Amino acid sequence: MEALQAFFAQYGALLAQGTWDTIVMTFVSTVFAYVIGIPLGVLVVVTAPDGLKPHRAFNRVLGWIVNIGRSIPFIILLVALIPFTRFVVGTSLGVPGAIVPLVVSASPFVARMVEQSLREVDGDLIEAAQSFGASTWQIVYKVYLPEALPSLIRGAAITFITIFGYSAMAGTVGGGGLGDIAIRYGYQRYQNNVMIATIVILVVLVQLIQTAGDVSARKLDKRNR
Amino acid sequence: MIEIKHLSKTYNADDAARAHQALVDIDLTIDDGDVFGIIGESGAGKSTLVRCINLLERPTSGRVIIDGQDVTDLSGKQLLELRARIGMIFQNFSLFQQRSVLRNVTFPLELAGTSKAEREKRAHELLELVGLGDYANSYPVQLSGGQQQRVAIARALANRPSIMLCDEATSALDTMTTHQILELLRSINEELGVTIVLITHSMAVADAICNRVAVIDGGRIVEEGETSEVFAHPQAQMTRALLGIEGQVTA
Ligand SMILES: Nc1ncnc2c1ncn2[C@@H]1O[C@H](COP(=O)(O)OP(=O)(O)OP(=O)(O)O)[C@@H](O)[C@H]1O
Ligand SMILES: [Mg+2]
Repeated sequence: MEALQAFFAQYGALLAQGTWDTIVMTFVSTVFAYVIGIPLGVLVVVTAPDGLKPHRAFNRVLGWIVNIGRSIPFIILLVALIPFTRFVVGTSLGVPGAIVPLVVSASPFVARMVEQSLREVDGDLIEAAQSFGASTWQIVYKVYLPEALPSLIRGAAITFITIFGYSAMAGTVGGGGLGDIAIRYGYQRYQNNVMIATIVILVVLVQLIQTAGDVSARKLDKRNR
Repeated sequence: MIEIKHLSKTYNADDAARAHQALVDIDLTIDDGDVFGIIGESGAGKSTLVRCINLLERPTSGRVIIDGQDVTDLSGKQLLELRARIGMIFQNFSLFQQRSVLRNVTFPLELAGTSKAEREKRAHELLELVGLGDYANSYPVQLSGGQQQRVAIARALANRPSIMLCDEATSALDTMTTHQILELLRSINEELGVTIVLITHSMAVADAICNRVAVIDGGRIVEEGETSEVFAHPQAQMTRALLGIEGQVTA
């Protein structure tokens, strides 16, 4: 008990700051990744050969971009993007420095998740909307997105958790947050207790997010009686 | 009035290996106030034919003329306006699952930019008309098949269309419910003066509600006329087969 008190007296503030940094990093990156990923995913679906506005060349190029983005391991992207990150936010360190590579690597991931969610929407509904004279844009925001909402929310929880994991990697190049703490104390100074504390915090946060995602998706889904 | 002139439709026309001629030189006139049945076996081309009327499918050749206006080549905004003037219902109801019953019915009005108060007033009227006044805040999953098709009918009527297309609208329903839905369609035809084009593979359905029928076989109209006349004196072999007069058609 006393040992625990002593531990928190010494590292409590540090861990709280790290947790906060990780959450901010992850949250801001997720938001930006969706701002970029939703339009990309929608465009992929709409311009597909069986889509509302088929466009073979555009669809191919888009597919390549998304695939290239997804095939570069995050740790490599992190380092490769340092000059770009400096250019965009002025530094490659700390929370701002981590957000840029996180957004770049998560956006294609989000695009694929969104694409998958939209493809689950029953094609008959799209056709019904067309039969009432809906334009492509109206079908996207009045049918595709609302009908796919529960699936999109589940996807968002997965995305959040994935970015969460990546953000710990960002810690290895001075990105701040829990990953940074785990490396500096757990790896470089052999302080296992700090390492274990970060792991416990990460596990608890991931569980919370997953549960929040599942519950809200289920609550919002009108297909449940 | 719907006039279909020399209409042909070939799917995948640009690829000889996969090309499939679904409709061949169709000539058909559907008068205002008709309940017009299009009957045929699975794969005969029924859906393709009605989908050419609101141009969900583009004819390969031929013309579609609605109320004197040649609509075959409409595009962009004019095409969307044409579709909005034609209601459509489907075999699987195609209700939006994440929208309440009320918001399913207001959907076509939202597209047209009608104000919220106005479209909800109209939707409530329509739900009364189809006998679902108490279900405005329900969701499709909570309704029976017959109730869902009623919602779909209310939705199809939202824009006050003069034409309603029904693609196998009762095929997923039991006999009793089919009967009720057909009665509803009949009253819509008689009281609102909506011209109804109804696809079915069931002679009983056609007999119950259509004043005229066309029999389609292999993408061609093989017989057309007053329902009573066609049923009393079927000429084409397919009509006889559908009526069960002669042995089954060999596949
Ligand atoms: N999008 C498409 N691409 C290629 N072929 C198609 C397409 N849609 C329909 N067909 C073909 O055209 C023919 C007519 O199809 P259609 O759906 O009009 O028949 P139907 O009479 O409505 O049949 P059912 O009673 O089964 O609904 C069928 O052979 C079908 O396989
Ligand atoms: Mg069909």
